[in-house]
Parts: sequence; structure tokens; C-alpha cells
Amino acid sequence: MTHDEILQGLYDNTLIGNAPEVKDLTNAGLADGMDPEKMLYDALIPSLEEVGARFERGDFFVPEMLIAARAMQGALDILRPLLAETGAKPIGTFVMGTVKGDVHDIGKNLVNIMLEGAGFTVHDLGVNVAPERFVEEVQKHEPDIVGFSAFLTTTMPMFKANINALQKAGLRDQVIVMVGGAPVTKEYADAVGADGYAADASTAVRLAKALIEQHRQEPAAV
Amino acid sequence: MDTVLQSRSKTVVIGSDKPFCVIGERINPTGRKAFQAQLQAGDLSQIEIDVSEQVAGGADVLDVNVGDPLADEIELMRSAIQLVQNLTDLPLVIDSSVIEALEAGLGAYEGKALVNSVTGEDERLEAILPLVAKHGAAVIGLANDDEIPMEPERRLEVARKIVSVAGDHGIPPEDVVIDPLAMPVGAEPRAVTLFIETVRLIRDDLGVNMTCGASNTSFGLPGRHVLGAGFLGIAASHGLTSAIMDARAPVCVEAVRAADFLLGHDEWGGRWIAAHRAKQAAQAAGNA
Repeated sequence: MTHDEILQGLYDNTLIGNAPEVKDLTNAGLADGMDPEKMLYDALIPSLEEVGARFERGDFFVPEMLIAARAMQGALDILRPLLAETGAKPIGTFVMGTVKGDVHDIGKNLVNIMLEGAGFTVHDLGVNVAPERFVEEVQKHEPDIVGFSAFLTTTMPMFKANINALQKAGLRDQVIVMVGGAPVTKEYADAVGADGYAADASTAVRLAKALIEQHRQEPAAV
Repeated sequence: MDTVLQSRSKTVVIGSDKPFCVIGERINPTGRKAFQAQLQAGDLSQIEIDVSEQVAGGADVLDVNVGDPLADEIELMRSAIQLVQNLTDLPLVIDSSVIEALEAGLGAYEGKALVNSVTGEDERLEAILPLVAKHGAAVIGLANDDEIPMEPERRLEVARKIVSVAGDHGIPPEDVVIDPLAMPVGAEPRAVTLFIETVRLIRDDLGVNMTCGASNTSFGLPGRHVLGAGFLGIAASHGLTSAIMDARAPVCVEAVRAADFLLGHDEWGGRWIAAHRAKQAAQAAGNA
């Protein structure tokens, strides 16, 4: 198999969520001396972005999205240590969780996988995460970004509670806050004082990169 | 065990030998950006449409949720409960995660409401159950605490705890309706089998009534109403006695009424046949 065929195979099989085949192709590529970064950036990430785009258009459904993400996750598990070896530094660190009172995690998990694919280190706190817990984990991991997810209009106010808790702990200026979830709007994100809101996983990744860039240039201005 | 809900003039009974109780889910801003904007502006006119569509669809009870973080939910709940009571005589479910909004809704409601909801978390139990007891209401207990157990036995434990703590507050088991937690089958292939096992355990062990957010099951999938209809029929046959569901979807409501007949809760199919005649009459009127 040529390297181009392997890349195409990774793309096609991630798209249909064929995890065993993606794993085999990843190993085959590595055995043949392929660059792990090339497999990630030229096949896996574009494929998952296509999955995301199809989902946004209503052409793909939740199970298809999840098995594609799982296929990519399998490849990432193999590639991650190699990417670290080549000295590719993490683009940034994320602490992520679904807010207190809310147990929805499908969207959050997809964003996590996209972030990891893009080179972020993600500390996922799971669901129903209390403000104090976010504060603790931000203290512990000193992430670039903390992400709050909410799926219900009734749990969105926890964004504000979390931001207040960060403020009280004196951490607000040290971390970028991103929020997301089905009912969340840009207007609401602004109203609660978040630094960023994205409507879907690929936008979230792009925005996370841009916010980190901005933050590193003017660290105290957030 | 019978859970009795009342409006000013109407009584609805949820029970294992009664027809399945259809709780209309539509008055809820989740996933409805236009409705959210209206609520923020204090405009409740959409609720009139939602009520009439669900009543026409065959709802037995209506859920009222006006949770919008940019609006004054407490005031909205009070107004919405007053408004809905003037639009329909169906009993209501007062649905909020904000304690003060539940309190406002209960204060405005005339009759015996169902409160949605409490979890097995101590803090929530201690905040919500006294309100339920004070107003003589019934309450939905979600079978989760700070996490969602993925083993039916653990969900049963949480349900047992809720029933027991409710008892400490003077709320009898018949006024606790357990939600065994219907989750998206598109995200977890075992979601429905696990749900069914939980329903059976709770039915056999606690014998209380159960409800669930039936539409969760089909989240993110095509053909949601057909999946919902299939789910409701299966769930009813294992002991689910009610669901918060899309009462505007004929296929879902018909699936429930078919289950009533098939499971012996509509003896000789009186309701089933009457519904058929009503539909025929409506069609004839439409053609005339």
C-alpha cells in the first residue's frame, strides 16, 4: 500500500467509524515509516471535521459521529506517545466538564476528541461538575482554558456560578473560559462573561487556538 | 399504587392498571431559540399554541418548563402556571431546577401538581421535598445522584432512597413517581435495555409509578417519532406507567393507546375504538 493509499484509507475508515481498520492502517503506516503528524493532520483530523460538517448539515446522526470519534481515538492512542517523542509540544491544556445539575456529555466528549486530535491535552472532569471542583482542577492543572458544557437552559446559569467561583479563588485572570452546549448562544456567553463560545466542535478547536494565541500575547488583559 | 393529580376540575390517576399517562413535554424552551427569545421578552403567547396542540394530540397532563437563564424564571413560572390553568383543565407538572421557581409555580397552582424533579442528592432532597409536602403535591424522583449509575441495581438504590426520604417528609410512596432515566440509544447501545431492566426492578421492588423523558431515547437520530413509539410500547409492557413525551406526535400517542389496549388497560378496546371514531368524524368534518 502506498502512503497515499494509507492516508486515504485512514480518512475513509474514520468517516465510517471502522475502528479496527483505522487502527490497523495506523500501525501499517508507522511500520512503513510514515510521519505520525502527517497521518493525524492529513487524514484523521480532516476526516473527523468532515463528520462534524455532515452532522451539522443533518446528513450524519449521533451514532455515526460517535463511532467516527471512537475510531479516531483508537488511532490517537497509538500516535500520541510518538507525537510527544518528536517533541511536538501540546498546543494547550484544557480542563473540561459538564456543569453541575447537568449530565449530558455527548457534545462535550466530541469536543474533547477534536481537541486531543488537534494536539491539546484535555483533563475531562465528566458530568455534574460543581464550581468548587472546577476551581480545584484549574488550580491543579493550570490549564490554558477551562471549558463548561451545558445542555439545558436550566443549567446554563452554572456558567456564571463557575466564573464567580474562579474569580473568588483569584484564578479568573489566569485561565480562558470557553462555554458551549446546544442551548447556549454567543449572546449568553458574553452576558455571563465567558471569553469564548463555539457552536460546534471544529469551531471550538479553532477558537481555542486563537484565544490561546491572543492570551499569550496579552496575558493580563483577559 | 395510584398517583392522583388534580387541576381545579379534573383528576388524572397514574397507576399500573390505568391507561398510560401522557405528559406533554412541549412547554419547554430547550432547543427552541424563538421561544427562548419570547420568554426573555416576557411574551407567553407561544404557550397558548403549545397547550392547544398538546390537548388536541391527546395529552393527559402538561409539563410546564419556562427555564431561561436570561429571563426571570420565578416570575415567568408564576405567570405560565396561571395562564395554562386558564387554557386547559389538565393537571400540570411544574418543571424547574430552580427551587424558587418550583415554589412560585406551586403557589400559583390550584390542585395537586407533580413537581419535576428531585434527584437522590441530599441537598436537592432537603430543598425540594419540604416544598412538595407543604403544597400536598407529588414529585418526580430521578434515579441518579451526583452521577448517572449505569447499573440498574444502583438506580434502584437511588430510587429507594428518594422514596424513603420522601416518607420522612410525610410524602407517601404513591406521590413519588420515579424516573428510571431514559438515555439516548444513539450514544449508548445499552441505554434502552438498561432502562427496561431498571423499570422492572423498580416495579417489582418499590411498586411505585414511573415516568421518563421518552424523547431522550431518540436524540440525534432520524425517525424520532417511530423510535419513540417503539420505545413507549416496550417500556409500558415492562411497567412504565407514564412518560413526558411529544403529545403532538400521533404515532407516539397512538403507540401508547395501543399498548393500553394490548396490555389490558383498555378493556374491550373502548378507548381505542372511540379514538378511531373521533378521527373518522374529524376527517368527515374536514371533507365536508
